[in-house]
Amino acid sequence: MSAIAVDLKVKQGFRFYESTIGKKVVMAVTGFILFGFVVGHLIGNLQVFGPPEKINNYAVMLRTVPAALWAARIVLLLSVVLHIVASIQLTKLKWDARPVKYQIKENVGSTYASRTMMWSGPIIAAFVIYHLLHFTFGWRVLSPHFDQHNVYNNIIYGFQFWPASLFYIVAMVLLGMHLYHGVWSMFQTLGVSHPRYTPWLRRLALAFALFVAGGNILIPAAVLTGYLKPVMGV
Amino acid sequence: MNVTLHVWRQKQGAGKGRMVRYEARNVSEDMSFLEMLDVVNEELIEKGEEPIAFDHDCREGICGMCGFMINGVAHGPVPGTTVCELHMRHFKDGDDLYIEPWRARAFPVIKDLVVNRSAFDRIIAAGGYISVSTGSAPDGNAIPVPKEKAERAMDAAACIGCGACVAACPNAAAALFTGAKITHLAMLPQGAPERPQRALKMVLQMKEEMFGHCTNIGECEAVCPKQISIEVIARMNHDFIRASWSEREAPYRADQPAGEPSAGGCQ
Amino acid sequence: MELDAKIPSGPIEKRWERHRFNLKLVNPANKRKYNIIVVGSGLAGGSASATLAELGYNVHCFFFQDSPRRAHSIAAQGGINAAKNYQNDGDSIYRLFFDTVKGGDFRSRESNVYRLAEISLNIIDQCVAQGVPFAREYGGALANRSFGGAQVSRTFYARGQTGQQLLLGAYQALMRQVEAGKVKLYPRTEMLDLVVIDGRARGIVTRNLITGEIRSHVADAVVLGTGGYGNAYYLSTNAKGSNATAIWRAYKRGALFANPCFTQIHPTCIPVTGEYQSKLTLMSESLRNDGRIWVPLKKGDKRAANEIPHEERDYYLERRYPSFGNLVPRDVASRNAKAICDEGRGVGESGFGVYLDFADAIHRLGRHTIEERYGNLFDMYRSITGEDPYNTPMRIYPAIHYTMGGLWVDYNLMSTIPGLYVIGEANFSDHGANRLGASALMQGLADGYFVLPYTIGDYLAGTKLDKTGTDHPAFQEAEANVRCITDRLLKVNGTRTVDSFHRELGKLLWEYCGMSRTAEGLKYALGKIPELREQFWKDVKVLGGSKELNQSLEKAGRVADYFELGELICLDALTRNESCGGHFREEYQTADGEALRNDEDYSYAAAWQYQGEGVEPVLHKERLEFEYVHPSQRSYK
Repeated sequence: MSAIAVDLKVKQGFRFYESTIGKKVVMAVTGFILFGFVVGHLIGNLQVFGPPEKINNYAVMLRTVPAALWAARIVLLLSVVLHIVASIQLTKLKWDARPVKYQIKENVGSTYASRTMMWSGPIIAAFVIYHLLHFTFGWRVLSPHFDQHNVYNNIIYGFQFWPASLFYIVAMVLLGMHLYHGVWSMFQTLGVSHPRYTPWLRRLALAFALFVAGGNILIPAAVLTGYLKPVMGV
Repeated sequence: MNVTLHVWRQKQGAGKGRMVRYEARNVSEDMSFLEMLDVVNEELIEKGEEPIAFDHDCREGICGMCGFMINGVAHGPVPGTTVCELHMRHFKDGDDLYIEPWRARAFPVIKDLVVNRSAFDRIIAAGGYISVSTGSAPDGNAIPVPKEKAERAMDAAACIGCGACVAACPNAAAALFTGAKITHLAMLPQGAPERPQRALKMVLQMKEEMFGHCTNIGECEAVCPKQISIEVIARMNHDFIRASWSEREAPYRADQPAGEPSAGGCQ
Repeated sequence: MELDAKIPSGPIEKRWERHRFNLKLVNPANKRKYNIIVVGSGLAGGSASATLAELGYNVHCFFFQDSPRRAHSIAAQGGINAAKNYQNDGDSIYRLFFDTVKGGDFRSRESNVYRLAEISLNIIDQCVAQGVPFAREYGGALANRSFGGAQVSRTFYARGQTGQQLLLGAYQALMRQVEAGKVKLYPRTEMLDLVVIDGRARGIVTRNLITGEIRSHVADAVVLGTGGYGNAYYLSTNAKGSNATAIWRAYKRGALFANPCFTQIHPTCIPVTGEYQSKLTLMSESLRNDGRIWVPLKKGDKRAANEIPHEERDYYLERRYPSFGNLVPRDVASRNAKAICDEGRGVGESGFGVYLDFADAIHRLGRHTIEERYGNLFDMYRSITGEDPYNTPMRIYPAIHYTMGGLWVDYNLMSTIPGLYVIGEANFSDHGANRLGASALMQGLADGYFVLPYTIGDYLAGTKLDKTGTDHPAFQEAEANVRCITDRLLKVNGTRTVDSFHRELGKLLWEYCGMSRTAEGLKYALGKIPELREQFWKDVKVLGGSKELNQSLEKAGRVADYFELGELICLDALTRNESCGGHFREEYQTADGEALRNDEDYSYAAAWQYQGEGVEPVLHKERLEFEYVHPSQRSYK
């Protein structure tokens, strides 16, 4: 490929990203990756309802190939960064696009979830940092009982502290809302729309949102109600 | 019936305006909203006050000239209706009505409720056409167009360019407007040759004009007087993404007449 | 003044072709040296601007709206005629020509009409290529419907928004040329005077409606595509901004005004509800294809429509005109509606309305089909009246809709001022005394796409124009004139609003020079209008300044012109002692109430020449020859 052709490709890529749709595509694609992770993460975590060994072995399994683990982490981190950068740039555009606000503005066609993406997003981001410190890195202040080899107990001790559970539950409700709009919006941004299947995409988004939020809330709820208890000597 | 109006008054050239209260008395329910404003204006003139400036022309919901916010909703509370076709029977005696102009950087306020929407024209100029000069057309029936495609093109082509979609969008995006034109021409075989370039040029122009981005929330389709669906936005996204992938060279500018050197614009 | 229409000779089907060959051409390399001003951006102005720019001319396009896409052509609903004969029902160019001449009640120019019918074919092709989403059959071919009195299906349509779609096609073509740098747009700019130098149109003076700036523009030719003057009547189906100022100022600069009294009343409009009424809404005439018009048999029957049994209804059009029924031409349908209401059999609150009933059609075709054909019209009716036309019949009443009269032009569309071209509704040429449905769009586009671009070249190639600038005394004088009118309007500072004057003038015109006219009434109006005009100049109240957006000032200037134009309309109506098409003089009718033409004395186009303020204009007559379609009494029995 000649230098000129490369230069053109770079220019085109740059121009693509410059457009609002380009940024939205970045958000959609990274959002999809993160969505995939969230679903996988939940399915993994639901093993907490099985015997304690199951989830502990699962945690070990995830770490057996460090290269794969880090590859996944890099992809996720990159997705998070791009998702956030694009959203910040888009928000700036949005503020620029309407410098004078309305005195009164009613919403007649949109859902609460769709209008609050810029609120649910940062809160979820804050939660993710907390969550990593809490369970992945086991920061002592947050997780005094942290034991890297006993994921099962980490979860249960972590959630027995009710303020942590509460934050977790609130964050999951917001994540559910974020996904409810985000999953459907992703298809729309990528240009997938049809009167026949668009209503199903909306339902699918709702189902996933309920599954992710509900499944994730189930765990602290089970801990708080005493259904899940710590196990000694595993 | 009587209603209380709170109308945005902004002097020409002034950066700021304010809401001013007017009482509209003895309003007939058969009046259109603009006729109610006409009556208020007549009274203002008789009192020696400057009438409220608002854009309007055909008064039958097709020219797209009129439009403002009524109680925070573009074109008022009745779906699928422009303010000129909105009748007072949809309001109650004693209602408080807040009337504001479209607000967007791309639509600067000229005076009171009048805004400048030339940005829309520039989006169309960027590529919202089929390049066919007069006289070079084949027979109208030479290329069959499936009825369903023609209907879908018409659904999108119904756009009147009023700007309500931009006004209602929290991001002041022009996605519905631009998507409607892209979809109209994309549905027809005649529009196919320029389809990728059209999407590229129009979408980039949208950004140039300082419109915001689409978050797919659907406020625009809810206020659109022609009830154009946000499916057209998906179509625009599709065409833009595809064109961005498959593009081989930088987009060309609008072509010049054959055999003519560039005229370089006129004074 | 001798009126030379420059009609080519020879067999009618060869005339346009031969004429085109005889027209001088401008060298392609020279075209960009010419500047052409086009006023108006509707079907005529928009298509002309785009096409002239494609040819290489520098075009300057002026319009008072904020975008060229808003011109009032956009409101045309029904469709556009073309003699394609796609339906194989016996249509042909000759038949369209024949129907148009006959429909115009033998007051149009045969050669022009034939050319229009010929070009109708190209228009459809052009519009399809531009992406106009015309209605289609399942197989993908273009669909047609029969429309307004035609016995063949030759009307092409895009739902009920044909005008919109055709205009958007022209607008898109125009914007393509704007992007190419060949057209400069002047939005929110109103032409207020024409500048004539050495007897040739060389420019215009405009007011920028936002800044109030008065500016001169020089050009090699000026094209007016500014539409009709129906708004003189205050209540009409025209857009509020549609006005006659451009053509009127051109008239005052020496262009002849032809057949001003030929105004068309549209039979299917939504009736007036009150004094505040600002305009009338038209519903496409295509409604008459499936709707049946009736009124109660008994006077003053106030029962709801659905409670009146079939035997007590009078389907008066079907009764009087068995072969055409509800599809009689517009003027016949309108006059009958007025006569019925004057009898006291009108329906609705005011008694000024007749029913248009779809119950039979819904029963026969199903609601779905009716919805598909007229859905948007029904929605519009419901939103305006609050009544559901699927369940109760619509109420309709005639309203001023189109003006066949306009500036006189020759076969080349040039007015009596060399270099001043007039296209579309603004000229008088093609529709005679009555326009057929779906022909206005056809004429606007024919003029703009396919006639003017050829004929203007002939003028430019054959004329040596001296270089001139805005400092020429003629420009200075015109600018001063415009400033003078503006200042005068602002200085009056009386007590009455512009609209109140306009409404009063409109009522006078509607009453005495509307659907039917009498010498006595016209004389009364001719006495009354100058009085009202005098009062206007003494008592009008226009607030605000001239250096800003001032909508009252804009209106005041237009209304001032309507007073003068209104007088000319009445004078023309009084002079034409016959009934023809839209001009119905009560004194001249057949025993059964039909228009009675007088071909011997009035087979001419009446072209009026301005003589100065307060002086009666001079009438010039262009004799109309009918070599092909021989005048006959119209009969729709």
